[in-house]
Amino acid sequence: MDLIAVMAVEFLYAVASLVLISAGLAVVFGMMRVINLAHGEFMILGGYVTITAVNLGVNVFIAMVIIAPLAVALIGVVVERLVIRHLYGRLVDTMLATWGLSLFFIGLVTVIFGNTTTGISTPIPGFAIGDYRINGYSFFIILVAVLLLAAMAVILRTTRFGLIARGTMARPDIAAALGHETERIYMATFAVGSALSGLAGAVLAPLVGLVPGSGAAYIAKAFITVIAGGPQLLAGLMSSATFFGVVNQLFTFTISPVIGEVALLVAAVILLRMLPRGITGRFFRERSS
Amino acid sequence: MMAAAAVPIALLLPYVIDTYTLTVLAIYAMLALSLGLVWGYGGILCFGQAAFFGLGAYGYAVGAINIGESTIAMVVAVAASAAFAAILGAMMFYGRLGDVYLAIITLVVTLILYRFMSSTAGDAYVIGKARLGGFNGIPGFPTLHVPGDPSAYIWGDALYYLCAAILVLVLILVKLLLSSGFGRIAVGIRENETRMSLLGYDVRARKTLLFTIGAAVAALAGALFANWGEIVTPRLFGLTQSAEIIIWCIVGGFGTRLGPVLGAASMGYLKFLLGQQSLIDNTLVMGLILILVVLFLPRGLVPALAGLWDAAWQRVPARRVQRRRRDLV
Repeated sequence: MDLIAVMAVEFLYAVASLVLISAGLAVVFGMMRVINLAHGEFMILGGYVTITAVNLGVNVFIAMVIIAPLAVALIGVVVERLVIRHLYGRLVDTMLATWGLSLFFIGLVTVIFGNTTTGISTPIPGFAIGDYRINGYSFFIILVAVLLLAAMAVILRTTRFGLIARGTMARPDIAAALGHETERIYMATFAVGSALSGLAGAVLAPLVGLVPGSGAAYIAKAFITVIAGGPQLLAGLMSSATFFGVVNQLFTFTISPVIGEVALLVAAVILLRMLPRGITGRFFRERSS
Repeated sequence: MMAAAAVPIALLLPYVIDTYTLTVLAIYAMLALSLGLVWGYGGILCFGQAAFFGLGAYGYAVGAINIGESTIAMVVAVAASAAFAAILGAMMFYGRLGDVYLAIITLVVTLILYRFMSSTAGDAYVIGKARLGGFNGIPGFPTLHVPGDPSAYIWGDALYYLCAAILVLVLILVKLLLSSGFGRIAVGIRENETRMSLLGYDVRARKTLLFTIGAAVAALAGALFANWGEIVTPRLFGLTQSAEIIIWCIVGGFGTRLGPVLGAASMGYLKFLLGQQSLIDNTLVMGLILILVVLFLPRGLVPALAGLWDAAWQRVPARRVQRRRRDLV
């Protein structure tokens, strides 16, 4: 019984962390069709901002939930203005430029923080269920993921900004004809996506020691979750995060964490091989702006 | 003509740069050429050329330890990597995956190999007599020697001349391949896949074959790299390695044979120079170069220079089959 409870929490945690890792990319890639290979680095920037803020004496929750997303959103705006803005609709060039960004940020973080592991301790202590110890912080991750999904659903479906953003992504020409400044909407959407990446990186930072190259661990997971999810942003995010989370945990429990990771990636390759369409149709629609 | 010019250059360079560095530059050039062939002429967005490079290196190391001899080990390395590419390629091309998915899948496969190879420490992971060694890789395998004479090792200057000769040979072979019917049809597929398949060419088989040939060249470079470094580690499969190959080709220019070779040699040498100082981080500079080239020189150095050359002599641009990368999608 205790084991089942612990395992249930572990499975939920795996799914929740996948949702967190992929949410920012789902906005930037799923909505804007910008292949942001620097997504992982946006995440670790969120983590580094959190660690720096905590070391300066800020409350850890404020640092994670407010400061990190804002800081990364700011970085996102700068990146969008300087680089991404020139490359909308040029799929491969965007991929290459964001890969350059990824390397640039890795280098930058190495220069600032050094090529060593930095980290903070988890702010919520663990507790025991029967004979098993469980990490209390897992519940926080699950909570953040649930709130995040709810907030995204509400903003995208019920608010005016969500409507305008979705409209602009679908038909920028019509949105412009209706008097909306599409340039600024793109910028704002990219900033929101960056903020989500920053939040994810910040919230996950206490669980992993950060090194400048940590972003690489997230990028593959984020992409396969978003791609496998397909055109329906939120439903896709939830379904594919659940699928991959369960696969990952199953193999982690039965064999080892490394095999769990490998199984996740192999499952993704097989899944994409079997279900390549539906996503592609949406993906190759020409942007007419 | 190009090959004829390459020979004196290869012979003169050792007077300027030491052969130890030159060897690795020649290997990098070969690796870049393999991606230039697959991506630049075949239009296949392979983000994981490092996978075949790494497999070639590991294949050589494992083969050399088990056989105790280098000539067959080289063949084993190239064959193993090519076979892997053929299976992966067939899976992707017969599945009719779009370009971007192909890019992501090749990238993910590279990551899988990296993860897997990093976790192979211990006695459980052994191929024949070779321990895979996890994150530390495989050291101490027999290096290249003259075929039939295991005591006559090829190293130092000799290894450089061998690598340079192989590079020139590969350049000539690639040129022959591209001017053959197969090469022309490959370029045709790059330009318009639907049209070529309507003309009756089996696009999937041809793409798979081209992908496999590219992987074989990359594996050859990998096997030579294993000889140069005398150790193979999972870092060969790393994201940085994959990124670097693409950076070389982008800087040099896709759709040319010379571009990737020059891009690899110049970027490789720049990396070597950057490695000698500690003021600026290497990765930061590489990232910056990639961003700037994509933004300001999207066709790469060689096509841009060729354009300047034509403009300077007021020549009508030659009818080279060349398109901007963004049109490939």
